[in-house]
Parts: sequence; structure tokens; C-alpha cells
Amino acid sequence: MQESVLALENISKTFPGVKALQGVQLTLRAGEVHALLGENGAGKSTLVKVMTGAMRKDEGTGRMCFDGKDRDFTSPSEAQKAGISTVYQEVNLLPNLSVAQNLFLGHEPKRFALIQHSRMQQQARELLKQFKLDIDVTAPLNQFSVAVQQLIAIARGVAMKAKVLVLDEPTASLDKDEVETLFGVMEQLKSEGVAIVFISHFLDQVYRISDRITVLRNGQFIGEYITAELPRPKLIEAMLGKELQAMHGQHQPGCADSVDAPALFKMDKVCVKNSIENMDILVPKGQAIGMAGLLGSGRTEVCRAIFGVDSVASGQMQLADAPLKPQSPAEAIKAGVALCPEDRKTDGIIGPLSIRENIALALQARLGWWRYLSKAKQQALADKYIEELQIATPDAEKPIGQLSGGNQQKVILARWLATQPQLLVLDEPTRGIDIGAHAEILNLIKRLCHDGMSLLVTSSELEELVAFANKVVVLRDRRKVSELSGEDMTPQHIMQAIAEA
Amino acid sequence: MKLSTILATGITLSCLSVNALALTIGFAQVGSESGWRTSFSESVKAEAKKRGIDLKFSDAQQKQENQIKAVRSFIAQGVDAIIIAPVVETGWKPVLREAKRARIPVVIVDRNIQVGDDSLFVTRIASDFSEEGRKAAQWLMDTTQGNCKIVELQGTVGATAAIDRAQGFNDVIGKYPNANIVRSQTGEFTRTKGKEVMESILKAENGGKGVCALWAHNDEMALGGIQAIKEAGLKPGSDILVVSVDGVPDYFKAMADGDANATVELSPHLGGPAFDVIEKYLGGDKNIPKLISTTGDLFTQDTAAAEYQKRRLQ
Amino acid sequence: MSQQPQSLSIVNKVDSPADEALIAARKARYSPGKSTNALGRYLWPVSALVLLLLVNLFMDASFFSISYQDGRLYGSLIDILNRSAPVALLAIGMSVVIATGGIDLSVGAVMAIAGAVCAGMLVGGNYSLFTVICAGLTVGIVAGLVNGGLVSFLGIQPIVATLLLMVAGRGVAQLINQGQIVTFQSDAFAFIGIGAFLGLPFPVWLVLITLLLSQLLLRRTALGLFIEAVGCNASASRYLGINDKGVKLFVYGLTGFCAAIAGMIATADIQGADGNNTGLWLELDAILAVVIGGAALSGGRFSLVLSVVGALIIQTLSTTIILSGLPAKFNLLIKASVVLIVLLLQSDVFRQHAQSVLKGLKGGKA
Ligand SMILES: Nc1ncnc2c1ncn2[C@@H]1O[C@H](COP(=O)(O)OP(=O)(O)OP(=O)(O)O)[C@@H](O)[C@H]1O
Ligand SMILES: [Mg+2]
Repeated sequence: MQESVLALENISKTFPGVKALQGVQLTLRAGEVHALLGENGAGKSTLVKVMTGAMRKDEGTGRMCFDGKDRDFTSPSEAQKAGISTVYQEVNLLPNLSVAQNLFLGHEPKRFALIQHSRMQQQARELLKQFKLDIDVTAPLNQFSVAVQQLIAIARGVAMKAKVLVLDEPTASLDKDEVETLFGVMEQLKSEGVAIVFISHFLDQVYRISDRITVLRNGQFIGEYITAELPRPKLIEAMLGKELQAMHGQHQPGCADSVDAPALFKMDKVCVKNSIENMDILVPKGQAIGMAGLLGSGRTEVCRAIFGVDSVASGQMQLADAPLKPQSPAEAIKAGVALCPEDRKTDGIIGPLSIRENIALALQARLGWWRYLSKAKQQALADKYIEELQIATPDAEKPIGQLSGGNQQKVILARWLATQPQLLVLDEPTRGIDIGAHAEILNLIKRLCHDGMSLLVTSSELEELVAFANKVVVLRDRRKVSELSGEDMTPQHIMQAIAEA
Repeated sequence: MKLSTILATGITLSCLSVNALALTIGFAQVGSESGWRTSFSESVKAEAKKRGIDLKFSDAQQKQENQIKAVRSFIAQGVDAIIIAPVVETGWKPVLREAKRARIPVVIVDRNIQVGDDSLFVTRIASDFSEEGRKAAQWLMDTTQGNCKIVELQGTVGATAAIDRAQGFNDVIGKYPNANIVRSQTGEFTRTKGKEVMESILKAENGGKGVCALWAHNDEMALGGIQAIKEAGLKPGSDILVVSVDGVPDYFKAMADGDANATVELSPHLGGPAFDVIEKYLGGDKNIPKLISTTGDLFTQDTAAAEYQKRRLQ
Repeated sequence: MSQQPQSLSIVNKVDSPADEALIAARKARYSPGKSTNALGRYLWPVSALVLLLLVNLFMDASFFSISYQDGRLYGSLIDILNRSAPVALLAIGMSVVIATGGIDLSVGAVMAIAGAVCAGMLVGGNYSLFTVICAGLTVGIVAGLVNGGLVSFLGIQPIVATLLLMVAGRGVAQLINQGQIVTFQSDAFAFIGIGAFLGLPFPVWLVLITLLLSQLLLRRTALGLFIEAVGCNASASRYLGINDKGVKLFVYGLTGFCAAIAGMIATADIQGADGNNTGLWLELDAILAVVIGGAALSGGRFSLVLSVVGALIIQTLSTTIILSGLPAKFNLLIKASVVLIVLLLQSDVFRQHAQSVLKGLKGGKA
């Protein structure tokens, strides 16, 4: 057995109303990838934050041993100096600074106390080459998609040359290829003796890269396993406390797959400046259409155009036989469209407001300021979705910013379900959602279109798309390249369509 | 160099003697932010007219940049002399140097300036604030035979007018053992603050019983104080005497109505002395003190009604 | 609105006793109702106010005495209520502007403009009281909407946009009355500033009414929620379909309205309009009141009541200083120190540090 670089014992952390961690342990050995798994709200991110000094554990509990010494970090920078580099779940870079500045913030290459900008940019380019990213490193960070930002955050973590690298859901917004690139980098680091903590809800990835697994449930330590010796059903049982099959219970009816379903939404040769070109998409009533494509292929841009975030330069859109020309999200919502946006942190959650308010807001905005949903009604709405989507929280008054990542995603989803749209556009709806809830959300989508709603869903997970979609539209370079349905709609075919030059 | 100076002076002088009536004087005024300022401007204009001086008047709207611009344009026009009523004390050196180079005498009126070099201006004409304080105190001591518990409303903390008026006032009452200031707070020279502070002071002084006089550093605060006294159920002017400095029309009205007792006028008539000095200087008499003080007269209820009529019409 | 679908319930299916146990285990970790402490926000501002009042009691026992005289209550406490009225009104408006992440530096100048307009009309013409008041309010609202338009539609930084009116506004106020301090004789208008109703000074009633109406307008409709949403995350609010520009326009309009009332109170109080001094620096007091009330300048949650408490704290402090008889040169020093202490007490970080330092001291002794 290799020696441990980092050992946590009996760690507890309590927030008002929540016992986030209760006597948890974690042991990291040099040169291993250690997966940290558990449901949404199990306490993974909290453990990472306590370990790296972003939060203090409850006083008088637990012990942390790093590099042979007892340590208790009081700030992330202290942990970083000691040799623990962390990429937190919510990318916390500075959106207005350039990519290069973000990569080297706090440890810029200097000569005579002056930052050497050209050297910094050179180093930034080389660093990003490892991740196969060829972007303008002098451009401000907020110009790039969530996925690119995520990669930049990871690159920053890697650049610190630490003994321990912590990655909290690094692959949540990445495509297959980027995941592979990341794994390449991780394997390289591993061979150099770096211990890596890897958090993810994708079990395939966990089995592909990790050596060991620690499972948390309800803030408690369930067990530490060697990946190769743990069959998948056992892992799932450890995480959920029961088998996944048992949760499916009855079978959900699928989306009506009739060819002659009337069209609810039509996009006809739509172009957006500096964005999508000649886009044709048709969403029949009561069906779910999937959208696949690589990073930057135009998926998010299609969603934004439908929702009136970006204005359409040419071409037409139609919703329920009426032309749809939204100049703002407010107009799109009035027409009966809802969009669950890709970037949860900046476009989704309203951090300091409660779960109740976050859920009620979309419906309230649609009703207008005058027709106020009473607190009791908001409460009922929130309670209903907390129950149905199993949002892990003590009550509806908790600020959404204090929820775990996956639970925030559920709240955002709930807010749009509450508006009862005709067309529901979901941009990566299952990002960061655990496997139990994941299956349930797919069922929910089927259920919704069975009840007559139309959906347009973007996802990087092809297996997920084919599981519910009536048809999958494949995008490449901001154009539609193919449409697959029926027999042809398999992950392999979609991959082919994406890859074809 | 020297020769040309003499020559130039000679030419100016000869021009003067030939055509003394055509004296052109530039006046850079602060603006018209208060009633007093307006009377000041009016008085200068009237005085110039009387003396047949061609007055170039500039209103800077409380901005020093505007004043400096005005002075530069006076220099460019080649006026005979310049009067500046400065907005602020600092930042005058460069433009005064320009005036000196053009050999145009400069007279500062009202507020002070800091240039470090006395030769840049002829003299400063200003009211003597401590003399105002002394006059007010003397009137009060005479009226009360030196027996008085006084409440003081100070001007803005740190303002020269506030410091000097307090100084002069205290100098006088210091000689009377039975007169003393029992409460002193700043009313920031405004009516609102004066009223608010007086209101609280009256409460702290047992509803104002035993307070014999209100001494305010300006009329605005005194007017606020008068309202507070009235609202506290006392009679200003008799239960509590009111004395202050400035002589604004509203205060004359208050005196005429019997609500106030005395004020030392802050003389707005600075034009006369300024023109006197300039004429003397241009006439060749260079022996002029660097500070010329003026103090207005003390007015009481006796003449208040007449004065009010006079001032209201202005 | 179409009705909600009958059931989306797909997850929590209790199929077996084992499932029940699982759900129970999950719930055991949470204690409902404990995640936020709604009353906690009130703790520090209110205790600061109480403390200040107690200091006064200690200095002079007659501080709390209130008598009834000529149909009105009379006493230092009443003075504090009365004198805090202008800042309290400004703070009500400022709270909502700050909640959207903005700031309004022009409220003091707007007070002066509204006061000048009313005084000018009272002196210069034969207008009914109603017309005069409406004109004052209209001027305030228009000034606020100008600010709001600059901020929301032209996208100018709030601090810059309102600085324009802060500087220019005083000039406008002076222009209205040719640079003179205008005094008027109108008992009806003066009532706004010095009248009393049911024993309480009329300005206090104006604050109460404005507070009540604003509270109804903001909390019995969705406006308050929209304001907080825009302030917390403007981009997410846009995705929610909230008209963030309209919200911003509204808050500046409301602030202008409040400033106009404050301006009329100040003008009526001295029965004169002084373009230079009416409301001078009060914008800073109003911002301070909001901050003392516990709001963040970056926007988000707001509480009108707490902002009014903030205004009361500031006024109590001023009155305390006057009553204490300390030399005037210490005014600012005392004010700054007390405000600093109140703000520090509100800061979680500071309290934690203080606690650990105290513990360390105790530990050292033991
Ligand atoms: N700052 C906070 N204040 C209050 N409660 C918090 C805070 N941060 C986390 N929590 C609570 O602690 C619990 C654990 O959250 P954590 O973020 O660790 O979950 P997670 O395992 O990372 O979940 P996910 O997979 O969704 O990211 C949750 O119930 C969450 O609501
Ligand atoms: Mg997490």
C-alpha cells in the first residue's frame, strides 16, 4: 500500500439547519485518482471546501494530516501554498480579466517586481495547448463558453504544480473529446506522483480514470473501495442506499412518436449575427427533440435565439402558428417559451434569494408585478417541487446559493416547469445532477411531452438524448448537419454525424 | 528693462491724468449664491457708476476656473486694475503673476488668498470678523448690564468667520464675570441646522428657562433659532435676546417684528474702499497696507423697519 | 394561467419500508425552519438604537420625558423622530435604489429643487396649496425619472448619472429663485414642516405614511421581489423575463418622489427655500442609514423598516452630540466612531474575529 499524502478523519461540518458532514474520513495516496461520490447534497463539495481551507470544519471535530503533519488550513491560499490545488465546482475566476491573467493570477511571472505580460501570455498558450485549447489568451474570460471557462479553471489548477489536485465536477460541462484530453493530463500528473481527487456524477468516467472510490451519503462516510473490485450496481447501492431499478418502479409512457404530430415550433433559415446560420428546426407538439453537437457548435445559440436573448437577423420562427419574434426573454415567455439556461451561475440562480422565491419568480414575472403570488402560494409551489424533484434542503427559505450544485439545477428546472410553457427549451438540464435524479428527470421529460408539452433539449450525453428524444438534430460549426430519428438515432450514429468533416 | 518699466508707468500715468474718467476695472465676483453676495455685487456696480468707472463684471458661478478665465480676459483687454473676490484661497499664483507681468494692480476683496508672495496683489479688503464679534458682545453686555447666560450657534467648524467672531465675542464677555456661554454648537451657517440645534439646546437647558440670549454667528442660523424659540413657547426678542452678524433683509424684518434684537452688518459695501485704494495706487501712492479691514454698523430694532424697507427694495 | 399538471411526482415513491427508512435518514439531517434567521437582521441595528437612547438616559434623565403642550407632544424623543424625517424619507427611496445595485447621489439636490419650486410658487403667485404640493412632487418624480432613464436606458453608471444632477441640481434650485433665499408666509404649507397631528409632528406622519404605502407597493405586489432579483443577479433576472430597465426606472422615480417630500418638509420647516443648503450632504446620510440598516451596497435584499431605523440612529446620534454639550469640533469624530462601531457589529467576519480574540484572552488567563 502506498503511503497517504492526505488523511482526513472524523470531519464534521454544520450549517444552520443542515448537518452537511458527520464524521467523514478520506485518505489520499500519492499517484492515485480518488473518486469522491455521492448524491446531490451528499456533502462532497463541502468536504472539499473544508479540506482546502475555504470553510472551517466544526470546532473540536476531526483531524487533517497532510504531508505527515497535522494541518488545519484557514484559507485556500494557505492550502495552495502547502501544495493543495483546487478547482471548485462553481468556477470562480474573474470574468473581466483576460484568460492569461486568470491563469496566473497571484503567481504571475515577474521580473524586478513587474509582471512580464508577454511571457505570461506565452506560458498561458503553452499551458492551454495541453488541453488542446487554441484561443486568444488576451481576450476577457467572459467571452468564452462555460466549457472553455471550466477548462481554463482546470488548467489553472494544474499549473500550480501541487502535490494534491482537487477537481470538483470538472467534466460537468465538457464533451467527450475534452474529457479525454483532461484524462490524458490527469494520467500524466498521476505518473508524476500527484494525488487527484475527482468528483463526478458520470460513473463511466469514474470507472475509466479512478483507482479508488470514497462514497458519501447524507453527509456520512459509507465506505472506501478499490474501483476495480467494485461492481457498478454495488456502487450505486452504496450511493443511493438502494438499487436504481427499484426507483424506476412503474414505466413511464414515452413521448408520442407519431409522424403526423402537428408542428408547434418552427425555425426557418434563421441566422443570428456572428452566430448560427440557416438553422431549420421543427418541434412537433408533444414531442421532445434533442440537440447534439460539440462545444461551440451552436446549440446554446439556438436556445438563445428562440428565447429572445440574441436577436434574429434573418429567417422566421413560428410558435403555434403565430410568428415568434421575441426581442427579449420577457416577450418569449409571454408567447409561451421557457429556457433553462446553460450557465447556471450567471444566468440561472439568484443566489441570495430563497428557494421559494427562485422557484416562484419565473411564474411571477410572467403574471406581471401587479398579480402578486401570495407567500402562501409561493410556499405551496416551492414545497411541491422540493418534494417532487427531491431537492435536498431543510426548508424553502434557504438561499439557493447555499444549495449543492445539483440541487440548484433542480430548482432552476422547477422554476420553468412552474410556468407551464408550450415550448420548454432545456440547455444541458442534467448538468451536475446525480444518477438517481438523472433517471428521474429523463422520465419527467417523457412525462411532460406525454402531457402535451413540446421540448427542445440540449445535452452532451448522447445516451441520455436517445433515451427520450423523438428526433436528434446534430449541429456542427453553427449549422445543422443532420437529423436522426428512429433506428438511426443511436449514440454511434450521432457521433459519426458530429465528427464527419 | 528698467527703463521700459518706467516708461510704461509713465505712459499709463499720463493716460490716467489725461482721462481719469475712463478708468476700466475688471471685477471677478464669486457668483450670486446668497443675498449678501447679491447686495455686494449691486453695491460695487452702483459705486462704479457713481465714480464713472467702466466696470467689467464677471460672475464665476462659484467656480475658480471661471474666475481665472475672467481675470485672463481682463488682462487681455488691458484693464487698469482688477478686483477679485476669490472663490477659494489657493491656486491664484499663476494668474496673479500674469497680471503682475502685465503691470495690472490686483485688489483682493472679502475672502483671503494664499500666494506666499505679497507683491502679487496690492491689498486685501475684508471685514474684520473679530471686530464684528466684539461689537455684538458689547451691545449685549450693555443691554444686560453684563448679566447673561448665553447660547451660541457657531458657524461651520473651522471657518475663519466662525473662529474670529467667536474670538472677538469671547474677548469682550470675558471682562464680565456674570456673563458666560452655557451651550455652544455648530449650526453650520444654515437656517435648518440653526433651528434643529436650538431646539435641542432649549430642551437641554430646561426648556430655555434661564437662557438670556442667543448669539449666532450669522443671521440665517439666528432666524432658525428664532423659530425654535417660538415653537418652544418662548418669545424671542424678549424672553431670549437674539444677536447676530450679517444684516440680511429677513433678519431686519424679524427685528422690526420684535423677534430679534441686534445684528452687526457684514458690510456688502466693499466697492468704495476698493476703488479708493486703486485710485490711490494708480495715483502713485504705493504705501498701502496689505490688509484693510472694514466693519459694518450694528443695527437694532429702532431702525429695523426703515432698513427693511430700504433693503427689500434693492 | 393553465392549471398545474395533476402530478409530476415521480421520485418519492414509497414502495417499501426500506424506502421509507431511506427517506427518514435523509430528512434526519435537516432541521426545517432553521436555515435562515429572519429576525437576525434586526438585532444589531435595533440594539444600536436602544443603546444610543440609553446613553442619553444616562447623561440626562429628562431625555425620555415627554410632555403635552399646545396640542403637540414635546420632548427630545419627539425631536429625534421629527428631525430624522427627511433622512428617513430619503433612506426609504435609497433602499430600493441600492437594492438594485445602484445609488442616487442627487437626492439632496432634488430636495432643494422641490423646495425651491414650492417656495417660488408660494411667493410668486396665487396657487392653491394642492397645486403647490403636486408641483413639488412632480418635479421630484421627473428628476428621479431622468436619473432612472440615464441609468437604465443609456446604461450610465448610477454614481455618474446621479452625480450630474447632484451638481447641476443645486444650480437649478438657485435659478428658480434667482439665487435668493426665498421666505414665504403660508401657514398651510408651513404645516408640512412644523404642524402636528394627533400630537405627533406632521413630518413623522409623512414618514409613516410613505413607509406604509411603499411597503404595500413593494411587498404586496411583486415589485419588491423583482427589485431584489435584479439587484442580486441582473442577467438571471433578464432570463426570468423581468423587465430590469423598467424596474430601475421605477426605483429612481420612487426615490425622486421621496426626496420631493423631504424637500418640502425641510422648506416648510424654516419657511424658506435655500437652494444652497437645503438637503446639503443628506444623500450621504441617507446612504449611511441604508448601510446601517444592514443592506449591502452591491444590491440585493432590502428592508425599508431597517433603513428608517438607520435614519433614527443617525439622528439620535446628532441629537446626543448636541445635548452632550461637547465642543462642536468633536461632532464628526464622534459620529464617525459610532457609525464604525455599528457597522463592525453587523459584520460577521468582525464578530467572529472578536469572539476568537476574546476566547484567546480568557484562555490565556485560565
Ligand atoms: N454555505 C452553505 N450554507 C448553508 N448550507 C450549505 C452551504 N453549502 C452547502 N450547504 C448544504 O450542505 C449540504 C451539502 O452540500 P454540498 O455542496 O457539499 O453537496 P454536494 O455533495 O457537493 O452535492 P452536488 O453533487 O449537488 O454538488 C447541502 O444540503 C447544502 O444545502
Ligand atoms: Mg457539489
